[in-house]
Amino acid sequence: MKKAFIARILVLIFFIGLLCVPWMARHFSVAKKTAPSADAQAALARYGFALQEVSHAAGIGFVHQAPALDPKLNGIMPEVASMGASVSIVDYNRDGWPDIYVTNSAVGSKNHLYRNNRDGTFTDVAEQMGVADVNRSGTGVSMGAVWGDYDNDGYEDLFLIKWGRPELFHNDQGHGFTRVTDQAGLPPWINANTAVWFDYDGDGRLDLFVGGYYPEDVNLWHLRNTRMMPDSFEYAKNGGRKYLFHNLGNGRFEEVSQKTGIDSRRWALAAAAADLRGTGHPDLFIANDYGVSELYLNDGGHFHEAGKETGVGFAPKSGMNVSFGDIFNTGRFSIYVSNISEEGVLIQGNNLWVPEATPALKYRNLARDLGVELGGWSFGAQFGDLNNDGNVDLYLVNGYISLDRQRSYWYDFTKVAGGNSSIIGDAANWPAFNGRSLSGYQQKRVWLNDGAGKFVDVAQAVGATDTYDGRSIALADLWNTGALDVVVANQRGPFLLYKNTVAAYNNWIEFSLEGTRSNRSAIGAQIILYWDGKEQLQQVSGGNGFASQNDRRVHFGLGKNPHIEKAVIHWPSGTVQTLSNLAPDRLYTVKEPL
Amino acid sequence: MSQPTTQPETPLPETEVKPPFRRWISASGPLNPFIPPLFITFILLAGNFSFGILESYTRTLLAIGTSITAEMVLGRIFFHKWLHPASSYITGISVGILLRSPAFWPYALCSLISITSKYALRFRGRHLWNPSNFGICAMLFLASQSVASLSIQWGNNFASLIVIWMLGSVILWRARRVHITLVYVASFIALSFLRAHITGDPWQSEIAPITGPMYQLFIFFMITDPRTTVRSRAGQCIVAVAVALLEFFLRLDSSIYAPLYALFWVGPFALLIEMWIHSRRNGITGLEEIPGRKAVSA
Repeated sequence: MKKAFIARILVLIFFIGLLCVPWMARHFSVAKKTAPSADAQAALARYGFALQEVSHAAGIGFVHQAPALDPKLNGIMPEVASMGASVSIVDYNRDGWPDIYVTNSAVGSKNHLYRNNRDGTFTDVAEQMGVADVNRSGTGVSMGAVWGDYDNDGYEDLFLIKWGRPELFHNDQGHGFTRVTDQAGLPPWINANTAVWFDYDGDGRLDLFVGGYYPEDVNLWHLRNTRMMPDSFEYAKNGGRKYLFHNLGNGRFEEVSQKTGIDSRRWALAAAAADLRGTGHPDLFIANDYGVSELYLNDGGHFHEAGKETGVGFAPKSGMNVSFGDIFNTGRFSIYVSNISEEGVLIQGNNLWVPEATPALKYRNLARDLGVELGGWSFGAQFGDLNNDGNVDLYLVNGYISLDRQRSYWYDFTKVAGGNSSIIGDAANWPAFNGRSLSGYQQKRVWLNDGAGKFVDVAQAVGATDTYDGRSIALADLWNTGALDVVVANQRGPFLLYKNTVAAYNNWIEFSLEGTRSNRSAIGAQIILYWDGKEQLQQVSGGNGFASQNDRRVHFGLGKNPHIEKAVIHWPSGTVQTLSNLAPDRLYTVKEPL
Repeated sequence: MSQPTTQPETPLPETEVKPPFRRWISASGPLNPFIPPLFITFILLAGNFSFGILESYTRTLLAIGTSITAEMVLGRIFFHKWLHPASSYITGISVGILLRSPAFWPYALCSLISITSKYALRFRGRHLWNPSNFGICAMLFLASQSVASLSIQWGNNFASLIVIWMLGSVILWRARRVHITLVYVASFIALSFLRAHITGDPWQSEIAPITGPMYQLFIFFMITDPRTTVRSRAGQCIVAVAVALLEFFLRLDSSIYAPLYALFWVGPFALLIEMWIHSRRNGITGLEEIPGRKAVSA
């Protein structure tokens, strides 16, 4: 009897201890992984960099306008019109100073091309260049932009991603842009949120991938009916089709997606291309909303989908970003895919797909182990060495719909999202938002890579303190100082320009590549830098993150007093070029050897 | 002498011509304890192979392993015997399906809390909460930063639900508990229309949750758990209505896990009332356990 009583007391104590475990886990994890707020000087001293938001001082006062779609969607307009803010970096006039292009998404609103004045300010030249008035009634609105020199004339051309008529603009030697959509042979309507320039077949000409989100037969301003929502929250296959436009070299493109093995109607939100296997052919990674990610491995002009066999296409989530980063300095890319995490409601967790050391390409999700898993309702993210310490860091923007702070739409969202396809798929069945927020007012994440397998969030400490609904982020050394500055496009919010001040003790090196046998933008070229016994892989991107594109120039942080051994450039043509006698704190312009 | 009564042309009594399945359905003995675990395993495997509902096999196996181990150890300590693993298996597998977390520890912890609650929270010799319901509610209360509950998995199509419903109904019919499910479902649907009327939201959005997968486990395993439901048929129906009613109010308050929380409160309360009524009828002082329950629980 006494024994039983003692056993009962012990089990009760054990039980209470179990109930305390979550509190302890929370207490210790928060204490360890988030850096406290600090001023710029303290941040500079402690983390080696500090960010200062300077958009107004730089002459940029842009505020994004969301689209207003068919009135049938009024009840859930904040949700269906929740994308469109985007930013991409381009040196459109080849003056050696990165410029900025931002999209707007209300019918009749203007996009902006901010020319870099080289003095810390920018001037909007979109009107005079002919790339401002691109959201006219009946043509849809902008969702993003990617730049690539499709005709190899030395100037970056513009592909405008739209819910509506996609547009291709030819860059006329930096003096203006000519709309060449019709000549190019693009389809009349795509509801897309992602596009990527890449040379999939290695012919030296940039091809273009476009990922549909809503089906292409849906005109969001004139709906036939309200059955245009995904038919499942995690297994939807009723989205837009995918396009692969093969560059024929005469200003025309041929759609070859089916022919090359890309066939999907998942709801693509982000895509990026990189040679992930060292085959010389760029592979294509697609992050899908309402479903699994897809990885199309390029077998030399033909793709096969390998999401499951590589491990990235098993658990369905809400993919919204694709970024490549060599986080361990091993010469291989990890892939960051953003998803949704909301405490107590939906913990999808972001994915950091790290390649395993196996002969066959295989990835493991190490987001939790490395501390980059929980980022709220995450959208765009970019890898870049923000403090030039030699390890790539990760900047994530987030926040879905920030309206009434006190009232949340989450309950209504979950009750419908879990329902039958006939319910979820019809917008008329969704309760009205009525001004409520959905994962709004979220703090951004600036995860600093300690080089030892952990990322620590220093956003508040280094000055990334905004809580707008972040969508798209791009990194560029805007003022040629050797520091990666950060530009952020917010949905229904102001454009943000974070100027980065980096501690002088850390060094850097940058490369500006120009292809000759390869595409002239050098998109897809990979550089492996060897220094101080380390190696790091980076590439020239034709679009990555969420609806964004970083500067084509490649930036490496080097840490203190680096000794640079060499840089090896793998050009898309297959040419391998080795550069030696490199000095830190310099920008090298490299032309592909013929 | 009378003629032998055997007449080949005479039909056999109906009970003897029943096929095995019908015999099994109409049998009155206790349900084979392996049937519910097999059923829930089927749900798990079918869901995972068709839609990949699990975070990973390892997490689910961790939940199951922890649950069975805890039951074995605690059963040995308190009852001095190795308990049948069917109940703890269902608890573990329910945790594996219902809980969602990218981390491993919540699965082990939830299973441990679930099983331990059976031994720590006892009244008059019996536990009051459905173990997995208690464990998952505890995790949602205490570890909301790390876990959520399944609510949007296993697709959004009818085919999978119909299969679950057919198999589940047969098993519940055999266990003589299908009325609990039917009463709850009917109550939920009726109250959904009332809720739609009150909130002004589309009625489809109010019905939507019960067309999703989370509810199927709730309907077939949690609210019908023999260990933690009242004995009388009428009482079971009243409890099912009460769960739906409390859920109704929780939903009006935008509680995402309304059904789990409703059962969390109504289930033990109903058992206490039943024990009290039983003790008064039998002239027993205080509350007393109702004898004669034997089945598996989630």
